[in-house]
Amino acid sequence: MHELSIVCSIVELASQAAEGRHVRRVIIEIGKLSGVEPEAVAFCFPEVARGTPLEDATLDIREVDAEARCDVCGAEFPTPDMLSACPCGSRQFQRLRGEELNIKSIEVEEAA
Amino acid sequence: MCTSCGCQGQGTTMTNLQTGASAEFAAGSEQDGAAHSHGDHGRGHFHGEHHHAHDEHHHGHDSHAHGHDRSHAHAHDHSDHDQAHEETHRRLELETRILAKNDAIAAKCRAWLAGREIVALNLVSSPGAGKTTLLERAIADLSGALPLFVIEGDQATSNDGERIRAAGAPVVQVNTGTGCHLDAEMIARALSELKPSVGSLLLIENVGNLVCPALFDLGEHAKAVIFSTTEGEDKPLKYPHMFSAAKLVIFNKIDLLPHLDFSMERARENILRVNPDVEIVEVSAKTGAGMQQLYDWIRAQRTAVKEQALV
Repeated sequence: MHELSIVCSIVELASQAAEGRHVRRVIIEIGKLSGVEPEAVAFCFPEVARGTPLEDATLDIREVDAEARCDVCGAEFPTPDMLSACPCGSRQFQRLRGEELNIKSIEVEEAA
Repeated sequence: MCTSCGCQGQGTTMTNLQTGASAEFAAGSEQDGAAHSHGDHGRGHFHGEHHHAHDEHHHGHDSHAHGHDRSHAHAHDHSDHDQAHEETHRRLELETRILAKNDAIAAKCRAWLAGREIVALNLVSSPGAGKTTLLERAIADLSGALPLFVIEGDQATSNDGERIRAAGAPVVQVNTGTGCHLDAEMIARALSELKPSVGSLLLIENVGNLVCPALFDLGEHAKAVIFSTTEGEDKPLKYPHMFSAAKLVIFNKIDLLPHLDFSMERARENILRVNPDVEIVEVSAKTGAGMQQLYDWIRAQRTAVKEQALV
């Protein structure tokens, strides 16, 4: 369950950035090949957020499809799993997307 | 795990088996500057200026190099509430890697190790693949030739640490409690306790788990997966993240091959499907067969690390 550590990091980063304000929403990005299960993150989040500035915040998870560029033929192609190869048969490629594990933004409340 | 987010601590303890000193570390109690820094987020996307931003929501933050703070304060009229009040919502663009803190600490560990020409290997495997036996063998074989230090990670007990100490290497045992992997902060703290010497080999035995440790950079030179012949040949396909992150795969327990249906060829094919660039050695930590190949690989890494240190 490394997702618990991931959620702790999210809550910690967002709490620090919020600087005492209540956080209403956290938008994160999880690549399909990041090794992190979005369902497990969503499951842990309310519990870890309890008693923090993120209590009752909405966790908005955006999954990112994985794509790579082939070193041999130059084509960009989807890599739905870790075993995907280029349609040309090559296994030498650079991953372009799909390994993201980022906090995009947070929304905080401020008294006017 | 962290005091600022309030999440429950995982009860990590660290034991120096040379001195017997044991400490529980609640993260956030900062003892050494190298380890933990809440003010330093690695990517520098956090802006101290937020303190002062409250009354300038509609101003561009031109002092911010990253320009992330596209604040869009908007008044919400909660007129359907009894006590109508105005509240503004502000979006803060963070664009930060979630593991930025771990990665920043790992980078410090890596720099610390590089400056001392220490080769650090992060050894990962399923439980029971033979990590500790492999370490015992390496300690015995390399004794006198190469100073060797060990950080032992397990959820509980210092059994493995005791075995390493008995084998003759300085060792710090980290017990992760409920944690399923070592992280960079544990390594930073273990390093300050262990103090590996210049030019030494540091072997980090991670928690037996092929899933979680793949994600956490410890500042190591390379990850090595120990894959024993008593496991299925399809393990690389089942745990591709770990095999993909590794620089070396160590087949262990090759002495058992005559008694098993394990196909080395199929297992190799599966490894290379996941990671075409990985190097593979075949050993028996029990009999010592093939260990020389592993030591040659380690010596090659040492040479590379030394050359990098000169650049």
